[in-house]
Amino acid sequence: MVTNLASRLMSRGISRKRAVKARAFSYFRAATIDQALDAHARAGDDARFIAGGQSLVPALSLRLQAPRLLIDITHIDEMRGVRREGDTLRIGALTRHCEMLSEPLIAEFAPLLHAAAPFVAHPAIRNRGTFGGSVALADPASEFPAMTLALGAEIEIAGPAGHRRVKADDFFIDLCETALQPGELITAIYVPLFKADQRFAFDELARRRGDYALVGCGMIATCTGERIDDIRISFFSVGNTPTRVKGVEATLIGARLDAERIAAAQGALESDLAPPESDEVPPAMRLHLARVLLGRLLGHLGEGA
Amino acid sequence: MSAPLTSLDRPNSYIGRSVPRPNAKRLLAGRGRYVSDLRLPRMLHAAFLRSPHAHAKIVSINIDEARALEGVHLVATGADLAKICTPWTGTLDHFKGMTSAPQLPLPLDRVVWAGQAVVAVVAESRAIAEDALELIEVDYEDLPVVVDIDSAREAGGPLVNPGTANNTCFRSQLDNGTVDDAFAHAAHVVEEEFTFGRHTAVTLEPRAIVAEYDPSAGMLTVHHGTQTPYQFQDLYSRHYGIPEARVRVIATDIGGSFGMKLHVYHEDMAVVGLSILLGRPVKYLADRMESFVSDIHARDHRVRARMALDAKGEILAMDVVDLTAIGAFSTYPRTSVVEGNQVIRLIGAPYRFRNYRATLEVIFQNKVQTSQYRAVGHPIACAVTERLVDMAASKVGLDPFVIRAQNVIADDAYPQTSPTGYRFEALSHQACLKRLHEIMDYGSLRAEQADLRKRGVYRGIGIAAFVEITNPSPAFYGVGGARISSQDGAIVSLTPSGEVRCLISVTEQGQGTEAIISQIVADQLGLAQERVKVITGDTEVTPHGGATWACRGAGIGGETALQATRALKRNILEIAALILQEQPSALDIVDGEVVDAATRKQRLPIFEIARIAYFRSDTLPPGTQAQLTVSHHFAPQGYPFAFTNGIQGCSLEVDVETGLIKLLKHFIVEDCGRVINPMLVDEQLRGGIVQGLGAALFEECRYSETGQLMNGSLADYLVPMPMEMPDIVIAHVETPTADTELGAKGVGEAGTAAASASVLNAVNDALAPFDATISSIPITPAKVLKALKRF
Repeated sequence: MVTNLASRLMSRGISRKRAVKARAFSYFRAATIDQALDAHARAGDDARFIAGGQSLVPALSLRLQAPRLLIDITHIDEMRGVRREGDTLRIGALTRHCEMLSEPLIAEFAPLLHAAAPFVAHPAIRNRGTFGGSVALADPASEFPAMTLALGAEIEIAGPAGHRRVKADDFFIDLCETALQPGELITAIYVPLFKADQRFAFDELARRRGDYALVGCGMIATCTGERIDDIRISFFSVGNTPTRVKGVEATLIGARLDAERIAAAQGALESDLAPPESDEVPPAMRLHLARVLLGRLLGHLGEGA
Repeated sequence: MSAPLTSLDRPNSYIGRSVPRPNAKRLLAGRGRYVSDLRLPRMLHAAFLRSPHAHAKIVSINIDEARALEGVHLVATGADLAKICTPWTGTLDHFKGMTSAPQLPLPLDRVVWAGQAVVAVVAESRAIAEDALELIEVDYEDLPVVVDIDSAREAGGPLVNPGTANNTCFRSQLDNGTVDDAFAHAAHVVEEEFTFGRHTAVTLEPRAIVAEYDPSAGMLTVHHGTQTPYQFQDLYSRHYGIPEARVRVIATDIGGSFGMKLHVYHEDMAVVGLSILLGRPVKYLADRMESFVSDIHARDHRVRARMALDAKGEILAMDVVDLTAIGAFSTYPRTSVVEGNQVIRLIGAPYRFRNYRATLEVIFQNKVQTSQYRAVGHPIACAVTERLVDMAASKVGLDPFVIRAQNVIADDAYPQTSPTGYRFEALSHQACLKRLHEIMDYGSLRAEQADLRKRGVYRGIGIAAFVEITNPSPAFYGVGGARISSQDGAIVSLTPSGEVRCLISVTEQGQGTEAIISQIVADQLGLAQERVKVITGDTEVTPHGGATWACRGAGIGGETALQATRALKRNILEIAALILQEQPSALDIVDGEVVDAATRKQRLPIFEIARIAYFRSDTLPPGTQAQLTVSHHFAPQGYPFAFTNGIQGCSLEVDVETGLIKLLKHFIVEDCGRVINPMLVDEQLRGGIVQGLGAALFEECRYSETGQLMNGSLADYLVPMPMEMPDIVIAHVETPTADTELGAKGVGEAGTAAASASVLNAVNDALAPFDATISSIPITPAKVLKALKRF
């Protein structure tokens, strides 16, 4: 996936940066995580991991990035596959976007990701782009990074200093800046299993199907009857990072989803979001759209969607 | 019983029949031969360093490091190419008072738009050429930038061309009838200011050129993805001083053009020069992002217009001011003022009123050039006219269909002259209106709209009538001094085995030109279509002609093929008559056989005539010289243009909370005269409509205050995609032109002409309950929400 950020850079830097052919680079195919980390360490900072390549390859062609070494991680078995581990689902970082649609375990235990997947770009891109790559690049307009936040996922990272896990809440720091350190690699994402007392909703507003959304949102709620015991709501395309709206969540916990409560939640959105200036979508418009989308999704949630 | 026999039931009756394009299978099989794919022995690759500034002085250029890079053969600046290429100026004589600065392949001392090519590198590969670009240092000194229309017109403001009096390229005025009087006595006046976003063609294959200069023969061969090889043969010959007969331009398969590929581009001219300097083939392929900053743009207009009506809704007068900004130069050789000229002349075209005044002002600014792109000026003229008609209808209290029925020129009132001076031979607005009403099921649509509105669903219905310019005569360019032909030529031969080869000057860029020409030849000669081979697009092979633009391929090229084939048929029958000892008039050709004209009895296959003529001429009577190759030229006479007409309808839904618009269904009734291939005509309409819908909702080249294009990639510049496109329902009315035997007019631009206008009307119809109006395209969610005061 061409990241929204990359596309902005491309579009605006257009008359400065003129290229369609990447600068020369070396290529190494890693068979294991250790090989990949080792290759990166040996190349200093001048290396990039490549998996689906849907963001990196256009950036290379445009010479927005020109690393000396590309480390192909697509043949690392440890980073593949989707399986249950205790009360979580382990989604290998190399899981492709199209597999997020086709994998039965995702549909059953992570239905919010399954619902978001058809909105990720177009089929040709979904056939190659990977879940881990999308989370690592942390494009604030992408669906999956925001959904890891809504799900309270944990991100498993391998690096020179060993393996660690970071909560999605602590992972996204600023515009395309994450808890990943140079030379580190996402190996898997752990998502809590969807439960019978949970409900979810996802949608986005876009001018064309498959485009970056003007605004998008996913949410997952745990309910007792009609009462919301817990809810996590995450927006994308609203700022520099995927954004959880904790103020809105607070207005909903312990409540029933009637029209009045939905209006209150919409009212609380303003203090949770601060959309940036943009030449096409002014902040006030984006906030308005976020309110509309929030209202519609909470309506669906109330209907048991 | 079966339906009565029609003219389509006789053998070889291809005119009017949906037959597949002979080249479709080849293209679908991936066997197209595009310039992009071409690799010649010893071929080098060019890349261009572009200006990051919209307006700046070039202080110095350092190319030493780039020149030293291994694999680099040439680094050329403006001065290098100026030594071998004469400058060009994008003006035409019939646009009185028009100005534009001379242009060269690369600038000498000043850049005038962001993205303008400044330095060329030629290397063993494109990658090496791009490596070298990174080593070039250009020192610029910023100059004041002219971006928007208002600041461009300010007295004493910055100038695109320092030393000139102002930023005006051209002014024109029309004043017919008594406009002031009509407005003074009008019962109703409606007025609006419209803005139209700049957009661009976005062809599937970008611009591509391979120039190959052979110094030993003094011969230039250019493989060029263009619609107009003859025009470029002439230009390369004159600007590089090479005799015309030693310039060959080959335009084989082209991945879309839409008017964009018939203009002179600086890079293309440069590549020819680079090839001359090196004596080797040089290839240049614009990448997608280069295309955004160097392909022509179009439709940057602001139009203030008003319309006067009497109490019953009869249109009395229109008064229009069109301001258009065209970039830093007027495009060569067709200029950048044709679009504005057509806007002010097509406004009001479907209607009967007589009082019309229009002012056109064409302005320079520091952006890439605008020029002719599919349906030149039509969408703007149509949107302005048709929106005002809808505003008038609502003011007078008439239904949109009723006010149009009341005001269109009656189908039996032709010939007619429009209030802007265009002469119409025969149009069919009344028949088209009636048919559109039927195919839309208008009554039901309105009932459904009313019903849904009660439930908070806001649907809109919009219609827009249009007139399209096709089959242009020399009145279009020739009279202005442009060496652009309005005639076409064909060479038709009977081959020794009895097949027919047709070399013709109209070109194929994916729309099916070769298909319809083969239909016409087969039909007129009396032969199976598979036995006709059509060859286009090579100035050394095909005769000189206008090629394909302004919807002239079918009408002019088709007529040329028709007349050439009839001449060949006469020649074949003359020989047949000698062999059979008959009168030629007693014979005919059906399905490749000479037959008795009266009884259809088979007499002699035409391959036998070819065999005798080519190999046994000794058996023909003494003095007989069989002429089995015919060359023929045809230029339109009579009306200066063959106008067509039609009407479009649109049904859509506006989400009044998000501003998003869902197109539900689109309708068109179109009259292009004689339909040669219904399937191709319908697909021309669909393709054209989709481009018009793109303009209506999505496409716009957005610039920053400093003249930087903000959305120059396909991630940010939105083109219409299948998911957002509605089903398109098509119906036809056929009013053939009497100016030709064939009777065909053009159809390629009709879809684009009125699609955006019908969407504009439909959106305003949907917003009617809210006292919100929109007069700007593209109609973005931001504009809709702003109109609804939602933020």
